[in-house]
Amino acid sequence: MKIVVLVKQVPDSGADRNLRSDDNTVDRASASNVINEMDEYAIEEALRLQEAHGGEVVILTVGPDRATESIRKALSMGPDSAVHVVDDALHGSCAVATSKVLAAAIAQQGADLVICGAESTDGRVQVLPHMIAERLGIAALTGARKLTVDGTSLTIERQTDEGYEVVTASTPALVSVWDTINDPRYPSFKGIMAAKKKPLQTLSLGDLGIAAGEVGFDGATSTVVEHSKRPPRQAGNKIDAGDDGGSKLVEYLASEKFV
Amino acid sequence: MIDAFAKPELRDLVRNFTRREIVPHLGDWERAGEVPRDLHRRAAEVGLLGIGFPEEVGGEGGDLIDSIVVTEEIIQSGGSSGLIAALFTHGIALPHIVAGGDRDLIDRFVRPTLRGELIGCLAVTEPDGGSDVAGIRTTARADGDQYIVNGTKLFITSGARADFATTAVRTGDGLKLLVIQGFTVTRTLEKMGWHCSDTAELSFVDVRVPRGHEVGGIHTLLAHFAAERLSLAVQCYATAQRCLDLTLAWVRDRHTFGRPLASRQLVRHRLAEMARQVDVARTYVRHAARRVASGELLVTEVAMAKNTAVAACDHVVDQAVQLHGGLGYLRDAEVERHYRDARIMGIGGGTTEIMNEIIAKQLGV
Repeated sequence: MKIVVLVKQVPDSGADRNLRSDDNTVDRASASNVINEMDEYAIEEALRLQEAHGGEVVILTVGPDRATESIRKALSMGPDSAVHVVDDALHGSCAVATSKVLAAAIAQQGADLVICGAESTDGRVQVLPHMIAERLGIAALTGARKLTVDGTSLTIERQTDEGYEVVTASTPALVSVWDTINDPRYPSFKGIMAAKKKPLQTLSLGDLGIAAGEVGFDGATSTVVEHSKRPPRQAGNKIDAGDDGGSKLVEYLASEKFV
Repeated sequence: MIDAFAKPELRDLVRNFTRREIVPHLGDWERAGEVPRDLHRRAAEVGLLGIGFPEEVGGEGGDLIDSIVVTEEIIQSGGSSGLIAALFTHGIALPHIVAGGDRDLIDRFVRPTLRGELIGCLAVTEPDGGSDVAGIRTTARADGDQYIVNGTKLFITSGARADFATTAVRTGDGLKLLVIQGFTVTRTLEKMGWHCSDTAELSFVDVRVPRGHEVGGIHTLLAHFAAERLSLAVQCYATAQRCLDLTLAWVRDRHTFGRPLASRQLVRHRLAEMARQVDVARTYVRHAARRVASGELLVTEVAMAKNTAVAACDHVVDQAVQLHGGLGYLRDAEVERHYRDARIMGIGGGTTEIMNEIIAKQLGV
């Protein structure tokens, strides 16, 4: 089984994150960039399937040159090889255009199974898995907290607010995972050394048969017109523990419909 | 210039491991007086224990530089020199067995230790003497294909938990190192610092050891002192760097008389002096380490490196506690632990005075 894992490099969600003032895109140059957290769970799940059933695990990333650091880190966890789609024309791409690029690269790889994180910590739109599956004409098993593979049959427990749903499909298919699915391994020292020598193929839009105008700002279906910083947090209401403190507290809670 | 010590991926791995597997538990281990065996297994799983040991003996490959990066990053991510002493004791216990090259000993002791299943220690120091290895009194009397070992070893790091001890003994044929099981832990020693690292007194009473457990003599012992001293020197500047980082954060936050401490010239100059000492120590120690890693046999420069780093560490941990004020005197304040842990640095692995004797000898006096 050939498994393609989608990995995105994102600004570290634990540090300051900004949009660029000139074109309203994510400021990646000044951010500390890391592998999107949810993608580490996707890589782990792919490696576990490979350990149980054999096959090949390929990392696929769309992103600027600097995303190579995150690809090497992903490879140090254990996957066999990586494909990096990098093209200046991609800057400013919306989710729809990005899904077109990813789908084309996956089609070229010929994957039996695509695994990705359920969302990225920068965009958080959660639509990419569905868009990619739609473009490829394969099943989308999204939001998995558990995945089992039996031959060509896939079963997931789809995590919902109320519990979970059992969803099945046959390969080829796409599965997106939440961080409840496993506990990602650390890259080992040997893995780090080995990752430097693993094959990393770089593709341009031309290699995928996509014209520059179909992606980037020109091909975007949505545009960020402006952005501003989140307003600073307002000081809260203070209720003194005086004689009527209790009733004031209840009044406040009632006014906010907490009670 | 390419920085041989950059290694961002390895630092990333060690930082993540330290933050997840060490920092949340270190306080408990300090109170318990030892680290759990499970920590050895976890560290082995990600390859940390095998770094610096060849793959042929169950190691991960990598060299002295990789080992130094691991030490730096564990301490600078919230670990401690005591933790290094406890978790990486095999760094002094195993090299002699590896160098000896006996397949059977490597399979029985080196591989399981690097898998985190066994714990080894190095037993050299005795109640009557430390760095004076020529004066060792523990005896090994030949009896057929065995040695019979009698004696006492003191200040043995990880000795209370150890499954085996690479032990310096006196034989009819001079000083030898034997891999010994079946010794008795007579005392676990309470210390000023390094609380998470158990330290023991070991007793050997008619312990029978196969003669095949011999793994070298006094020259192997002396040859590995360089790596141990460099490791201690690295722990010194890494501890100092960590204390500087913690202090910088504190003086920016802490306000007195309406201004942050960091705005006072006296405080700023102290910080500058701390930073200068850390950087000079790191630069000199790393320089010596690069030479050792490339195969040079350095003794004097390693002694100078250790003393330089110890002096920097002593100064910086003291200033860090001072600048933290009352908070710095509290148990569980990180700088308080480093302050206590640092005191061993000028004593263990050869005292500052012994290092100076080595340097003076090189000067021809």
